[in-house]
Amino acid sequence: MYPENLFYTKDHEWIKVEGEEAVIGITDFAQKQLGDIIYVDLPAVGKSLEAHQAVSSVESVKSVSDVYCPVSGEVTAVNSELAQNPDLLNKDPYGQGWIVRIKIKDKSELNKLMKASDYEKYVEGLEH
Amino acid sequence: MINLVREPLIFEISSPGKRAINWPELDVPETKGLLSEVPIREDLEDFPEVSETEITRHFTRLSQMNYCVDFGFYPLGSCTMKYNPKINEKVAAMPGFTLVHPLAPESLVQGNLRIMKTLEKLLAEITGMDAVTLQPAAGAHGELTGMMLIRAHHVAQGHPRKYVLVPDSAHGTNPSSAHICGYTVKEIKSNEKGTVSVEELVKVMDEEVAALMLTNPNTLGIFESDICQIADIVHAKGGFLYMDGANLNALAGIARPGEMKVDVLHLNLHKTFSTPHGGGGPGSGPVAVKKILSPYLPVPVIEEKEGYYYLDYQRPQSIGQVRSFYGQFLVIIKALSYILSLGPKGIREMAEIAVLNSNYLRKSLEGIYHLKYDTPTLHECVFSDKFQKEYGVSNLDISKRLLDYGLHPPTMSFPLVVHGALMIEPTETESRRDLDMFIEAMKAIDREAKENPELLTSAPHVTYVRRLDEVQAARNPVLRWEQKK
Repeated sequence: MYPENLFYTKDHEWIKVEGEEAVIGITDFAQKQLGDIIYVDLPAVGKSLEAHQAVSSVESVKSVSDVYCPVSGEVTAVNSELAQNPDLLNKDPYGQGWIVRIKIKDKSELNKLMKASDYEKYVEGLEH
Repeated sequence: MINLVREPLIFEISSPGKRAINWPELDVPETKGLLSEVPIREDLEDFPEVSETEITRHFTRLSQMNYCVDFGFYPLGSCTMKYNPKINEKVAAMPGFTLVHPLAPESLVQGNLRIMKTLEKLLAEITGMDAVTLQPAAGAHGELTGMMLIRAHHVAQGHPRKYVLVPDSAHGTNPSSAHICGYTVKEIKSNEKGTVSVEELVKVMDEEVAALMLTNPNTLGIFESDICQIADIVHAKGGFLYMDGANLNALAGIARPGEMKVDVLHLNLHKTFSTPHGGGGPGSGPVAVKKILSPYLPVPVIEEKEGYYYLDYQRPQSIGQVRSFYGQFLVIIKALSYILSLGPKGIREMAEIAVLNSNYLRKSLEGIYHLKYDTPTLHECVFSDKFQKEYGVSNLDISKRLLDYGLHPPTMSFPLVVHGALMIEPTETESRRDLDMFIEAMKAIDREAKENPELLTSAPHVTYVRRLDEVQAARNPVLRWEQKK
């Protein structure tokens, strides 16, 4: 349920490192908690972000939630497909439902994030 | 009698030439060309044509599909959907109030100014604050006004500051009001009791924080028992304590925010003081302040000198006018009528019964519906769908099923700190009998969840419309009827 090749945050974002860049999205747990997603607010390409700064907001039939940038960086691409099909976040949160791609500023920040096994334990703790 | 036949649109019952009135024959010469300069709308072909009987029945049937507080229990948490006493409507409909012009000279509207001043004084007394403005048109408008007063003070001190702290159990409008006022919002997490964590607050409170916005009791219905200590921490760094007074129904006549060291709060006349809201509004969100913030209050301020009332616009530090004229005047009258009808003892009793009703509900449903926090609550309580989830039934399904029992559902999925929330605020309006009816329905729904979950996931079954497509409604809303070409 939580792919091994990703890092995770306590706010339920995932990040996939690809060289100097990284792709960011929300986890399967997050999309299930949110319910049907109806709108995804995307940042401008080129925007600089600190770690934990809101990079996007996701609106579901229940609520609006911020998506936080797991590490500092600059936005290099956004998933414009989400404008038409925000439900990709529900259908394929780790694939077609990616939200932004960033150029990582400081790779050492990745050390603070959780691995799949840690995140799984973290989520289990929340469910009880 | 409820008839579940679909009511057609008025356009669909239209037939050409039908009308609800027979005009007499024209007995004066017809004049042409008078309106030639006036742009006449041309895109309104096929305007509905119906008889008086048809139009009366159509709108009467529509009105019967409506659910209102005059019809039944309205348990929406955080909304204080209490009964609106009819005497308030009677008083507000008096010609001296409805026919007065907002620009009438002061000398001709002394009574009306006195009414406003009287309400200001009563609200100041109820809240323990020094001054009140009645201008803001609703709760969120009051929040924005309150934040502007805080900002004005910081600016006058030479430093507007950057941040506003908002707990995760605050009202949803708080962060947006702070944001609109130019502040960056920092969220404070609740502790295991569901209240503001003092340790967390100490960590984030510094000279860049303009204010803490606190809802008390908070959206979980829990009284912030550390409020005086919280106020001291905020004040020590020169910040202000803003209190969202939307939940004042739990406190009025018992405890006063002014004595909890609150610097500014807004009230919702349309919640605590019984004036209609939702579709029946408008709302009204007076703001009460301590002396330190009163120089910044919006103009005009109502003043009195030797029994003569006047509007003071000469206030150099004022944030200006936040609404045209003087606020929702007729709503102000209804609130005053309510306060004077109840009197001090009645106001206290109102809050006591509101808290008693909520706790009666809570005790009756405890164990059947999950309660995340076992901290005692005041005027509302927040259950979750955790137990029913085991049978695949969500808070949405429970709410939809309540419609089949002829009841309005509670507030859902809010506050966000409780997943699958069902937030119930019965208010003092409900009798023991009505509360029991709701409790029995909730118990029956829990049994249905175990025995026949499909009945719930496909609910409602006996309403005019069945389950609506929420996703489609949010993505592609049809907001008005459009003529098909």
